[in-house]
Amino acid sequence: MTNHWIDIKNADAVLIMGSNAAEHHPISFKWVLKAKDNGATVIHVDPKFSRTSARSDIHVPLRSGTDIAFLGGMIKYILDNGKYFREYVAEYTNAAHIVNRDFDFKDGLFSGFDAKGRRYDTKSWTFEMDGAGIPKRDKTLKDPRCVFQLMKKHYSRYTLENVSAVTGVSRENLLKVYEAYGATGVPDKAGTMMYALGWTQHTVGVQNIRAAAIIQLLLGNIGIPGGGINALRGEPNVQGSTDHALLYHILPGYHGVPLADWPTLADYNKANTPVTKDPASANWWQNRPKYVTSLLKGWYGEKAAKENDFCYGLLPKAEKGVDYSYMFLFDRMYQGKIRGGFIFGLNPMNSLANTVKSRASMDRLDWVVVSDLHHTETTDHWRRPDIIPADNKTEYFFLPSAHRIEKEGTVSNSGRWLIWHHKAIEPAGEARTFGYMVVGMMKALREKYRKEGGALPEALLFQDWPETFVAEDWTKRINGFFLADTTFGGKAYKKGQLVPTFGALAADGSTSSLNWLYTNSFTEEDGNKSKRRDPKQTPMQEKIGLYPNWAWAWPVNRRIIYNRASVDPAGKSWNPQKALISWQDGKWVGDVPDGPWPPMASSGGKNPFIMQPQGFGQIFGPGRLDGPFPEHYEPVETPLTAHPFSRQLSSPVYKSVSSDLDPLAKPGDPAYPIVLTTYSLTEHWCGGGETRNVPALLEAEPGLYVEMSHELAKEKGIKNGDEVIVENVRGKVKAVAMVTVRIRPFTVQGKTVHLVGMPFCFGWSTPKSRGAANRLTPSVADPNTTIFELKACQVNLRKSDKTGGTA
Amino acid sequence: MSKVVFVDTSRCTACRGCQVACKEWHELPANDTRQTGSHQNPPDLNPYNYKVVRFSEHLDGDTVRWYFFPDQCRHCEEPPCKMEADEHVKGAVVRDGKTGAVIFTPKSKKLSAAAFEKVRKFCPYNVPRRNPDTGAMVKCSMCNERVVRGMPPACVKVCPTGTMNFGERTDMLALAKKRLQELKAKHPKARLVDPDSVNVIYLLIDEPARYYEYAAVPEGGPLGRQQFLAWLFSPLKKSVDTVARG
Repeated sequence: MTNHWIDIKNADAVLIMGSNAAEHHPISFKWVLKAKDNGATVIHVDPKFSRTSARSDIHVPLRSGTDIAFLGGMIKYILDNGKYFREYVAEYTNAAHIVNRDFDFKDGLFSGFDAKGRRYDTKSWTFEMDGAGIPKRDKTLKDPRCVFQLMKKHYSRYTLENVSAVTGVSRENLLKVYEAYGATGVPDKAGTMMYALGWTQHTVGVQNIRAAAIIQLLLGNIGIPGGGINALRGEPNVQGSTDHALLYHILPGYHGVPLADWPTLADYNKANTPVTKDPASANWWQNRPKYVTSLLKGWYGEKAAKENDFCYGLLPKAEKGVDYSYMFLFDRMYQGKIRGGFIFGLNPMNSLANTVKSRASMDRLDWVVVSDLHHTETTDHWRRPDIIPADNKTEYFFLPSAHRIEKEGTVSNSGRWLIWHHKAIEPAGEARTFGYMVVGMMKALREKYRKEGGALPEALLFQDWPETFVAEDWTKRINGFFLADTTFGGKAYKKGQLVPTFGALAADGSTSSLNWLYTNSFTEEDGNKSKRRDPKQTPMQEKIGLYPNWAWAWPVNRRIIYNRASVDPAGKSWNPQKALISWQDGKWVGDVPDGPWPPMASSGGKNPFIMQPQGFGQIFGPGRLDGPFPEHYEPVETPLTAHPFSRQLSSPVYKSVSSDLDPLAKPGDPAYPIVLTTYSLTEHWCGGGETRNVPALLEAEPGLYVEMSHELAKEKGIKNGDEVIVENVRGKVKAVAMVTVRIRPFTVQGKTVHLVGMPFCFGWSTPKSRGAANRLTPSVADPNTTIFELKACQVNLRKSDKTGGTA
Repeated sequence: MSKVVFVDTSRCTACRGCQVACKEWHELPANDTRQTGSHQNPPDLNPYNYKVVRFSEHLDGDTVRWYFFPDQCRHCEEPPCKMEADEHVKGAVVRDGKTGAVIFTPKSKKLSAAAFEKVRKFCPYNVPRRNPDTGAMVKCSMCNERVVRGMPPACVKVCPTGTMNFGERTDMLALAKKRLQELKAKHPKARLVDPDSVNVIYLLIDEPARYYEYAAVPEGGPLGRQQFLAWLFSPLKKSVDTVARG
């Protein structure tokens, strides 16, 4: 989240889209309802009427996979009706920037498309520079080549007629939402957007969020209380695991993973450190070399020295253009290219797309180690119902894992708060914590390499590795240390003392930090700040519920990021009633400002979007692989045969894999006319491996269902509670029909399109809960993130004749 | 003065935290439930669920309404169940004068099946259940053992949205009336359910029957003879008058 949970209460309009917040993040509704109490309009745009919709003022059903059409229509509405916050847009976003003459958009494709390689050459997606190397701007926003005018042209096709025809949302409902949300484009109003996997799990996932960001920038809703783009992160620690690089493409602290093309640290830094010639741009990532060297010092300790490139050479390097995400990982497994591996706290046999294939892929491994709380579809894959265990060649090792209440440590919540959790009880039986397992395993491996040698033993032996796992030692290592006596901020620090803030990190090897974003969380001055529980606030902070002394938020306890955008160029809050920061008597008060510099209009002032090289909010976003403006493309499996206002039906650059187990239905395939969307529910977490083992939760939601409209049920001769078979080109699954008014047929391009929905949390390891909905979902993915398109594919369904045989 | 649980259904997201917390606090086993085409599960109150969130959906024109009703014992000021049980086994049902909690005691095991059936029918909210193994009558106890130690009932403690509230009767009635006032403009049918005669007071935004058959004592509705007698002989004159006027 750019903001945090409590801050939702400051919103005047709440748009929940791509999320079922009340069901999946129940605590969020404590704050949504407070906003509603204060007069906010709560809007839910989602294919089905859910528990979120029940508590919203407006629910608008939308055909799954058409969010960009809906949001593009809102962009057009905001522009046509002058609802945007003009000064914010002109001063703080790149709307005024003049775009490269060669940039173009035609027939659904941006300039630079390479049809054979299915990718874009993005060299024309750039700005024109003046003689000093600073982007040319027209703050009147009238230049036909400026971002604002190009955006206007791009979204001119997103008329109410076109949007309504493709989304299945009535014109009346479109306008209802556009008007209610567009009303926040004034200085003293705020609108927040809450999203989750309903936006990310599409072949246009990143662009869904980009479209939202454009709206928030147009309305001046970024960096302010009650505003923001708020990704609702899962369980307690998805934010923390992302920050610490759970995914393959980054190192801790959002540094790109090293590529084979960058053999030295200097090469890496050159390729990854942006430059600007604009003195008004903070260009925060210019500090990257300090953070990366400190990370290497954190990993390799004394062994990392300037002479050996701080052991950069020991890091594994990825091959350029090779994707190491789940979709490709399991494809390589299916091709027999992977022999074994570790799975911690994950149930991929249930939660990945196309489990027919992922299950077949796992069978090709020689060995697998799974660590989990319970037996799941993954831990017990070798004895699943449709195989003979003796025929399964894979050797399975199960490491019972401690539950989160059986261990201490930090979690980072959705609002980026680092919060210490105490251990409540000892782990049961032979269960051990993840830290215990990993530290112990590495110790054993190091011992083996020390004795026996092997290929590149330094990669393990040079690591600064502890004897035992102590959670708080790692909290300190993550914050980082001075490795030499240093004076910083007028204060003398001894070698071995904690660094007070990332401003103290250096590229010369004199500091360490396992994650620059978390420096300042554990200091000599204040100790472990994740343990703070002080509700003290200044009167200014009290008005917006900022609570700066409760736990700690990254970065440097900043509670709302991009907060320099909450003030005008002179440093005065756009909305004094809910001021976030304010420039008073030569200093900032309120939240921790986004950098210490004075207001933008003063000498030495900086542009507010400090993480962007030029310091502007990106309406034109050149950093994505699929275009600088979001464009509506249909899901890969779609009920349509043609795009209503473009020649390009689906994303031209979505990622996919191909094998005998990866068939796709052709667009508008009459055999599979029904849209399927998949989701979670309050009572079960993700793949269900944990919650299906909690009796009171399983009692409340015992098995797989498929929600459908009365109209579809009537067409198919299905009654509520009947067992049905849902099937498509990849698989079939049995489910109980839940016939409901909460799903209604859509009218798309004048024709009726039915949509059904299924949760993906059920699986064979829980008796009678029926099979995995993910047998039906396809291995196609967003080009930027390789997140599967789990939210929209095509199926058919029929009443079960009790001979189906699906697990 | 009694304690009151105020249930503001206008804030309920049916997360069922209350249903689960109730089960866990009372250490009740799970029922072997089935998906039958509804989210309401277990489908009804039973010996192992003193609290069940009821779901009811309606389509009014093009508007979908989905109502949630976290059902539990209302802890009547003058409980008809106690009146009837007293006829059979004294002390099977007691009322804690300090908190207002109406409690089924282990003595209720001595009630015959027929006597239990009478007690059940006397409850206008269809709450009492009988444990088939022990023969004891069971239901929500208002977590009286927590309440006397200064803690809120488990269902109130876990509620994330402000649906479940707990406190002194005067404070809860004031909160309930304030919320009703706020909701009336948008929901003209909003009401408090039987606030003068019970200590678990529901705020609904629509007709009670649109939530659940036994959400409220029906005004002039077809009460069974048994229930009507219970009502008639109870000192709840105000309600009786309402029913009689029909």
